[in-house]
Amino acid sequence: MDLHFSPEEMAFREEVRAFLKDRLPTRIAEKVRTSKRLTKQDMAEWHAILNERGWYANHWPKEYGGPGWSVAQAAIFDIESALAHAPRIVPFGVSMLGPVLIKYGSQAQKDHWLPRILDGTDWWCQGYSEPGAGSDLASLKTSAVRDGDHYVVNGQKTWTTLGQYADMIFCLVRTSTEGKKQEGISFLLIDMKTPGVEVRPIILLDGEHEVNEVFFTDVRVPAENLVGEENKGWTYAKYLLTYERAGLAGVGGSMAAFNHLKEIAQSQRKGGRPLAEDPLFAARLARLEINLENLKITNLRVLAASGSGGSAPLEMSAMLKICGTEIRQEITSLTRRALGPYAQPFVSEALDEGFNGAPIGPDYAAPVAVDYFNNRKLSIFGGSNEVQREIITKALLEL
Amino acid sequence: MYFHHSEDRQMLADMLGRYLQQRYPFDIRNKISASPEGWSRTHWAELAELGVVGALFGEGAGGFGGTGFDIAAVFEGLGKALVVEPFLGTLMAGQALAMAAGKQDALLAEVIAGTTLLAFAHEEPQSRYDVSDVETQALPNSAGWALQGCKAVVPQIEAADRILVSARIAGAPGDEAGIGLFLVDKAAARLRGYPMVDGGRGGELVLDNTPATLVAKDGFPLIEQAIAAGIVALAWEAVAVMDVLKTTTLDYLRTRRQFGVPIGKFQALQHRMATVALEIELARSAAISAADALGQDRRTRERAVSAAKYTIGRVGTLVAEESIQMHGGIGMTWELPLSHYAKRLTMIGHQLGDEDHHLERFIALGHA
Repeated sequence: MDLHFSPEEMAFREEVRAFLKDRLPTRIAEKVRTSKRLTKQDMAEWHAILNERGWYANHWPKEYGGPGWSVAQAAIFDIESALAHAPRIVPFGVSMLGPVLIKYGSQAQKDHWLPRILDGTDWWCQGYSEPGAGSDLASLKTSAVRDGDHYVVNGQKTWTTLGQYADMIFCLVRTSTEGKKQEGISFLLIDMKTPGVEVRPIILLDGEHEVNEVFFTDVRVPAENLVGEENKGWTYAKYLLTYERAGLAGVGGSMAAFNHLKEIAQSQRKGGRPLAEDPLFAARLARLEINLENLKITNLRVLAASGSGGSAPLEMSAMLKICGTEIRQEITSLTRRALGPYAQPFVSEALDEGFNGAPIGPDYAAPVAVDYFNNRKLSIFGGSNEVQREIITKALLEL
Repeated sequence: MYFHHSEDRQMLADMLGRYLQQRYPFDIRNKISASPEGWSRTHWAELAELGVVGALFGEGAGGFGGTGFDIAAVFEGLGKALVVEPFLGTLMAGQALAMAAGKQDALLAEVIAGTTLLAFAHEEPQSRYDVSDVETQALPNSAGWALQGCKAVVPQIEAADRILVSARIAGAPGDEAGIGLFLVDKAAARLRGYPMVDGGRGGELVLDNTPATLVAKDGFPLIEQAIAAGIVALAWEAVAVMDVLKTTTLDYLRTRRQFGVPIGKFQALQHRMATVALEIELARSAAISAADALGQDRRTRERAVSAAKYTIGRVGTLVAEESIQMHGGIGMTWELPLSHYAKRLTMIGHQLGDEDHHLERFIALGHA
């Protein structure tokens, strides 16, 4: 066994650090560091900078424009980007749809859509969940009925993240009600500008517009936008869900958030001493630090086992999802506790770029409570952690 | 970066696994464990001949291993079969001897050959895992040294021919300086042996003007490193025990039927099992990290070792308790191997520092 990066990988890490130092705009990094709101332009700007360097679609095979990184390189990039406060790459086009098209798409679909993902022509969103199909995703009802060389789509998707920015949506739709519910699902690409598509915002508990409802009323979709075969969409959907690889455990983001928590715990005082030295709080911090270290190594183990470009075993992906999200939630929870009474004030404008008002309490206080509330989503989305637990045991039991 | 055993270590692990499967099945293990001796000289000799003892020591000490991952491969194998023979004491005492300045080559050669057995007697009735809390006194006399004090819960101490004992030459309990390491012949020592709840035997060592040979005057760094090696060993033994508990519990969930279905169909049990499985993977990562850190600088090593022992303690209790719970009544029986694995896993938490001790130590090392 060898946990250490090779000299080549260390050199690569230096290359990534130099790139981030040189090309990550300070303005954007500062917004990420201080948990300010990112605009669509901020995210698109960073995507374009990465794409110029060939690092945007960093887990795509080389022939499709990927850099051909090893799993270690991808992990290094993930961690270094997060520690440098780079925005997380918005995953829907590049990390989710991309791999599905590469594996299951037609040549024409690859030729058309992949370059547009890379250059940012299309902003993609994900049409999976429905009001009646959350964790039980396969019970989805949005229907697509073949009519000549089109599908006619009717129904509703929900929790559509950043759908308000999207040009395109990839959807799971029901094309058959025969047999098992998983067997009548197809994977369809829909232009958001098609007549009959309507996006309505859902405001979350933190007051933010992050997710949406998307309604489809007699939406006509060209049949060439079907990915793979009709009624085989569930296979592609599952492939997509296990393909998140390096990002799955969110190790880099949690490391950055933990560093921030440690700084806050040093600066907050209790009984005249830093909160970080309070025995009870120190114990909470230490447990978290150890768990995070264990997660880091587990993540590397899964990556190493899945091999370059491969996908992780189902139960290991599920474990990483649970551990990664629980740890991140614990970090945001401890950060909230660390603030004491100053977790309470909330001035929404303080999260906008260019806010000049005086901070209430410590200058890092403004986003902490809403960040905690927002991150309750982590154990719910992408298959709730309860669903993940069933996936793990069912895979192990083979019942 | 890779996460599998090297070819040599895998060969050793495979060989050890085959031996234990054929020669040390569970009923034999229980017989040995409950015997008056609490261990088997025959198996010890055969395992030593296979090189299992030699794998615990570096070439400088006459062995052919000795790194964290060598220790890992051996103790993972021992854990699977719940071996009670005195490997832990041999590892810790032998590693400390190998680091001592005095020439111990002849003794180590006998240890590696399996003809001389060692025990490591450091902890005391009052010390509660605190490595520097040594009250036992070492007094020089015309013949050399004499020791006065008591050593607590030493695994398989009756099996040892020579006992490595820590004793204070100078300073007060709690001082790191002034702790010497001494060899005591079992024949000269007063032992009070007893059976252990998880199998095998342990004992108290009473030192009353007991003659001893000085091995190292400044023993603390040696003791600390020997304990670090011991924790790596326990961590890997624990992970192996956890793997056995996981496999047998999964089998039980598959085959035991209630309410007309295998109990693995019940969501409450599926969720418990998933938590057990994922925590085991985190524990394995902690064990890997500790094995890797054994060869590094003191702070890195000790933090990783404490993090691993904390993790093993926390996860070990969970896995032991949940395995019994998911088995229901049958999990409570002596007859089922499971209960013995659960007991061993729980008691690993009581060796060389528990979860709370190592969390506190991890914090203290962070401030250093």
